[in-house]
Amino acid sequence: MRAREEVLGRIRTALGEQRPPVAVPTVPAPRELPPGELLDLLAERVEDYRATVLRCAPGQIGPTVARGLHAALGGGWDPAGVVVAPGVPAAWRPDGATEDDGRPPVELAAFAATLTGVATAVAETGTLVLDGAPLSGRRALSLLPDVLVCVVEAAQVVPDVPDALGRLDPVAPLTMVSGPSATSDIELQRVEGVHGPRTLVVVLAG
Amino acid sequence: MSASPLAPGAPRSGTTFLGLPTAPPGVGHLRGDRPFPDAARTALRDGQLRANLGRATTTIRGKRAAVVSEVPHWEQLRQAGKALKAATMARLDEHLEELERQVTARGGTVHWARDAAEANRIVTELVRATGSSEVVKVKSMATQEIGLNEALEAAGIEAVETDLAELIVQLGQDSPSHILVPAIHKNRSEIREIFSRTLPHLQGPGASPGLTDDPRQLAMAARAHLRERFLRARVAVSGANFAVAETGTLSVVESEGNGRMCLTLPQTLITVMGIEKVVPRWADLGVFLQLLPRSSTGERMNPYTSTWAGVTPGDGPQEFHLVLLDNGRTAVLADEVGREALHCIRCSACLNVCPVYERTGGHAYGSVYPGPIGAVLSPQLTGVEDNASLPYASSLCGACYDVCPVAIDIPSILVHLRAEHVEAQEKPTAEAVAFRGLARVMSSPRLWHLAQRAAGLGRLLARGRPTLPAALPPPASAWTRTRDLPTPPGRTFVQQWNEEHRS
Repeated sequence: MRAREEVLGRIRTALGEQRPPVAVPTVPAPRELPPGELLDLLAERVEDYRATVLRCAPGQIGPTVARGLHAALGGGWDPAGVVVAPGVPAAWRPDGATEDDGRPPVELAAFAATLTGVATAVAETGTLVLDGAPLSGRRALSLLPDVLVCVVEAAQVVPDVPDALGRLDPVAPLTMVSGPSATSDIELQRVEGVHGPRTLVVVLAG
Repeated sequence: MSASPLAPGAPRSGTTFLGLPTAPPGVGHLRGDRPFPDAARTALRDGQLRANLGRATTTIRGKRAAVVSEVPHWEQLRQAGKALKAATMARLDEHLEELERQVTARGGTVHWARDAAEANRIVTELVRATGSSEVVKVKSMATQEIGLNEALEAAGIEAVETDLAELIVQLGQDSPSHILVPAIHKNRSEIREIFSRTLPHLQGPGASPGLTDDPRQLAMAARAHLRERFLRARVAVSGANFAVAETGTLSVVESEGNGRMCLTLPQTLITVMGIEKVVPRWADLGVFLQLLPRSSTGERMNPYTSTWAGVTPGDGPQEFHLVLLDNGRTAVLADEVGREALHCIRCSACLNVCPVYERTGGHAYGSVYPGPIGAVLSPQLTGVEDNASLPYASSLCGACYDVCPVAIDIPSILVHLRAEHVEAQEKPTAEAVAFRGLARVMSSPRLWHLAQRAAGLGRLLARGRPTLPAALPPPASAWTRTRDLPTPPGRTFVQQWNEEHRS
């Protein structure tokens, strides 16, 4: 414990006895948008990252997911090669898809695609948040397969990042996803697709 | 009058005025081999380097400006970020204790490291305890700062950098030159050359020939190289962008997914974090996660942000260690002016706009923290006398202050550190003598009048040109070598005024 006491002691020495409180200004609320425009903004911002957005009515999620998988995997795709988060409703799943059974995470790399829901989505930044709950699945699930399909329902969409944080559990393992995996490391130009899923399909219902 | 904790002239090498130790020499990467002007001269002769930097910084400046202008309340966000950081520093001890409590309560183990050597020792022992002889690493400034890779290598542990730019630097046996993009000094064809020469799957018979310099192909080559390493890794080492005290939540902000691989797949995760990275509340991330990606890569949001608190059964590493690093930070904290440098969220916007950085590149600064923020941070971490040339590596144009997402007044800290360096000199510099003389002359009307007349003689040296020749004899050459001294006018302002108003 010596290092701990010493570092804390140094901080107290550096700061001294007098510690006037520092006022933190409040940040204005992000812009208010009617629900319809919120979804439009989310779709626009997600597409900006070169992800695919498929919009549908709430009752059409299953067929839209299938359409997205077909476009991403090509004709003749195998439903068994699609791994699904355990909390994803049956109506969204392609027939014959594999449910994540908690197998060793590295084995998930063998699947062609993953299907999950989300915890919330941020319109302003085009961000999906997965929270490790059954609907989102564990973190490795949305990481290893090369195609990620996420279903977002209208009520899950919030205007900006602070709204999303207010809805989330701070101690859950969260992953905020904004487009497919990318890098800007070569001449600071964005290139999509490095280690994470190279294809992101967002099914936006409502 | 409140006494400044760091009186002018207080020794800043080794320990501070208050006896707070700075980052020790001999370990890590905070000190260069040469003073900045010497290193910069070498860099300036490299035309390829200047072309690469010019192209990259121009691209990123445009992207940043576009996404920042979308946010109508950007200035309020900046001020909130600044105030949050100041409020955090004012109670840093309490926030760290709370962070420790929360991380521990969620199954993590917290370690404290007084300096680089102690942090390296802690991490090495933790890796050894797992029995693994290799670790995968997420790009982290803190581990670069302490020279962790070298320490692990000395202990027989291979550290694999997984960030693309960091991998390029590691494979090229190079050193990082930018906070966000450590290989910014390399262009696509240089990267292609490094990959073709070093990546095992591109070597030998049967290797697929013809790697081009298309960035997409280069990124795919890195993916193929690292995929198997990720899947077999048992230990990962990361840094942290933020740590929330009230919840014990750590956060890593990244793009490629290499961070997620490291934070998710191995059994053991070791995170090394500077003590200044703590934020008090979960809601504070709402401010910083808006400021950081826009300032850093010029995106509304980076592709992946991960957060975790301790250990989650069935999801991710089941053993988590957090190493809290001082290494001179408390010495920075002791300086009421300089402590603002600890507010830095490592976005690198100040590097990208800096006219000095754009021309010299990052290596000239000699520290893992280059550019304007490095020029104020490195000398404070090591003690000013160990990085005495860095506070002068700036034209004080102020562009860094304008773009800083937490409004760090870098120019004022630079001037503060210059003053500290001058005060620390036992013998006055020629410049100090000259200015003292000037002060005397300017406070006497008679001397000032005489001096103005004498200055007219400078016109003889100029021989009709608008500026005086650069080759004045020393010590005046120290000033004129890098500055144009205008030719004195034929008549002074006072003479002109008198002539025009006499009638």
